[in-house]
Amino acid sequence: MAEKFSKLEAGADAADVPLLRIDAVAKKFGGIRAVDRLSLDIRAGEFFALLGPSGCGKTTLLRMLAGFETPDEGRILLGGKDIAQVLPHQRPINMMFQNYALFPHLTVRDNIAFGLKRAGLSRSQINTRVAEMVGLVKLEGLEQRKPDQISGGQKQRVALARSLARRPKVLLLDEPLAALDKKLRESTQAELMELQRRLGMTFIIVTHDQEEAMTVASRIGVMDAGRLEQVATPRELYEAPISRWIAEFVGDVNLFEGQVESREAGRLAVSTRVAGTIMVAEPHQPISKTVVAVAIRPEKVKLSRRAPVPDEGNAHSINRLEGIVTDVSYLGGITTYKVKLDSGAVVRSSMANTARIDLDAYNASQRVVAWFTPDDCVVLEQ
Amino acid sequence: MSARRIFTRPARLAAILPYLWMVLFFLVPFGFVLKISLSQTAIAQPPYLPVFDPTQGFAAIKAALAELSLDNFRLLVSDNLYVFSYSRSLVVAVVSTSILLVIGYPIAYGMARLPRRWQGIAMMLVIVPFWTSFLIRIYAWINILQHDGLLNKILLALHLVSTPVVWLSTDSAMYLGIVYSYLPFMILPLYATLAKMDPALLEAAGDLGASPRQAFWVVTFPLSLPGVAAGALLCFIPIMGEFVIPDLLAGSNSLMIGQTLWLEFFTNKDWPVASAVAVVLLVLLVGPLVLYDRLQRRELEGSG
Repeated sequence: MAEKFSKLEAGADAADVPLLRIDAVAKKFGGIRAVDRLSLDIRAGEFFALLGPSGCGKTTLLRMLAGFETPDEGRILLGGKDIAQVLPHQRPINMMFQNYALFPHLTVRDNIAFGLKRAGLSRSQINTRVAEMVGLVKLEGLEQRKPDQISGGQKQRVALARSLARRPKVLLLDEPLAALDKKLRESTQAELMELQRRLGMTFIIVTHDQEEAMTVASRIGVMDAGRLEQVATPRELYEAPISRWIAEFVGDVNLFEGQVESREAGRLAVSTRVAGTIMVAEPHQPISKTVVAVAIRPEKVKLSRRAPVPDEGNAHSINRLEGIVTDVSYLGGITTYKVKLDSGAVVRSSMANTARIDLDAYNASQRVVAWFTPDDCVVLEQ
Repeated sequence: MSARRIFTRPARLAAILPYLWMVLFFLVPFGFVLKISLSQTAIAQPPYLPVFDPTQGFAAIKAALAELSLDNFRLLVSDNLYVFSYSRSLVVAVVSTSILLVIGYPIAYGMARLPRRWQGIAMMLVIVPFWTSFLIRIYAWINILQHDGLLNKILLALHLVSTPVVWLSTDSAMYLGIVYSYLPFMILPLYATLAKMDPALLEAAGDLGASPRQAFWVVTFPLSLPGVAAGALLCFIPIMGEFVIPDLLAGSNSLMIGQTLWLEFFTNKDWPVASAVAVVLLVLLVGPLVLYDRLQRRELEGSG
């Protein structure tokens, strides 16, 4: 079925021109800037995720792309044409709604055919396209059911098929999996990615679930207070966050505030109040401030009973923090530990349970050394 | 079936109450009316024969039963007066309900799209006329519509007419009165249906290429049909039997069935024929009621 699905027309656009350019777009609601002069380029064929806490403006931005809200300022260029003022029903963009918004009085088939009828396709064209869509999302046999006669997962598929049927240049997905249970959500994430890859279509997904964003998207834009904090690949976002806020919003992190003492041989020495001096790899962007925060992900923090032997001639290259294990949480795949340092600060560590029987596991109240290398640390200025 | 399991004994007893109510205040009186409709008019107290008297014994009741006949119903069919009255009631009810729908739908639609805090106020405005007695409101209309009433004064002042227009005792006045009185009954069920509709459905329709006008006709209107049916029946059924408004505002040359019934009962003192008229009206109205019930049940099943 999918092979018959034609590649996107927009794919013919020059590769370096973004399919969608959001240019200094702003939207106010009652004096509050929901979206604050935000700019973003999205290339054809991307799976882009807008991630942020609720109220950050990501849904408003999506609704402006769909045409349900009109920007107060700025332009939205689709293939070079400003569509900011174009009405929703005249945009080659479709949206999959958060609660699916299936038409309750229409059958599954008629829901999928809805957009095709409005596009003025012939009856036979509609039948062909609906059959194609039904096959694509594996809904065979349910065509004559009404939305209240199918399960949540099936509704989600109908909504997806309906929004894909018109072959939009951009598909917007507003928290598409929020209503599904965890298992179904995970399998649906995989299917969404597979579908997006096969169709070569541009997907923009809005989600508050960072795991979901990292799973499905090739690029993530993290929003806060109407602004994009960082736009990066999932790995960059996690391993090289540009601010404390991002580091804390995406995944778990240990943060130590301190002052830059010295820099030598690509190493910064940051003296912290609670964890002594931490050696950190110097970032590519030079540090301008002296007051910084050092961020280390818990899985980069290893525990051992004795301090690890430093490499020869690299004596200062390993950071060691001594403390007492206060909390052990066994989560199956990993175990997380909380280590209380002598200064009273808490360092979190997580380690993979690579062996079924681990005689070496740490217990609460055990004295340990938490250690990590300078390359595992990120220096953050804000 | 599951009701037995869900409801405890006291709950089941409580469920009997509405049935008891129906039997006491609907079925029993209807039995009386039905019996009188099968009787003959008489100059007596009560003004019909036969009269059942349980004290006279079984044979007397048997004899009284034998006297009952369908003569009154034959009269209703044979005399054009009744057929005309029924048809006029039907025409008035159909026309009024249509006008009510055309006026009430946009109002209900507008109310449902108001910001939340304004919806309550709009609802109050719709209900507020009920706080004044229905009769006073109709008499107020007589005042407005009469020869030197407010309406004619305004029309003359605006030089839209040169002589006062006759409004009272016309069908226009009657329709005006009916539409005015029944409008809330049309608006409220429509509003209830439209207000609970998910606005995302209209956005979805727009997103899928439907213009606002198309979206209304393919999404909003079909989804509001249960409300349309409820409003229409809530208006149609009482308008069929309407007596006061046509009596006060319409001319006297053609009567609605309610007026005919009143005439038979109070002017002609013919209780049996009046009862027959009432029985036939009831039977005519049970049709739409059953229809209404079915529509409601379908909606319940649809939403459940």
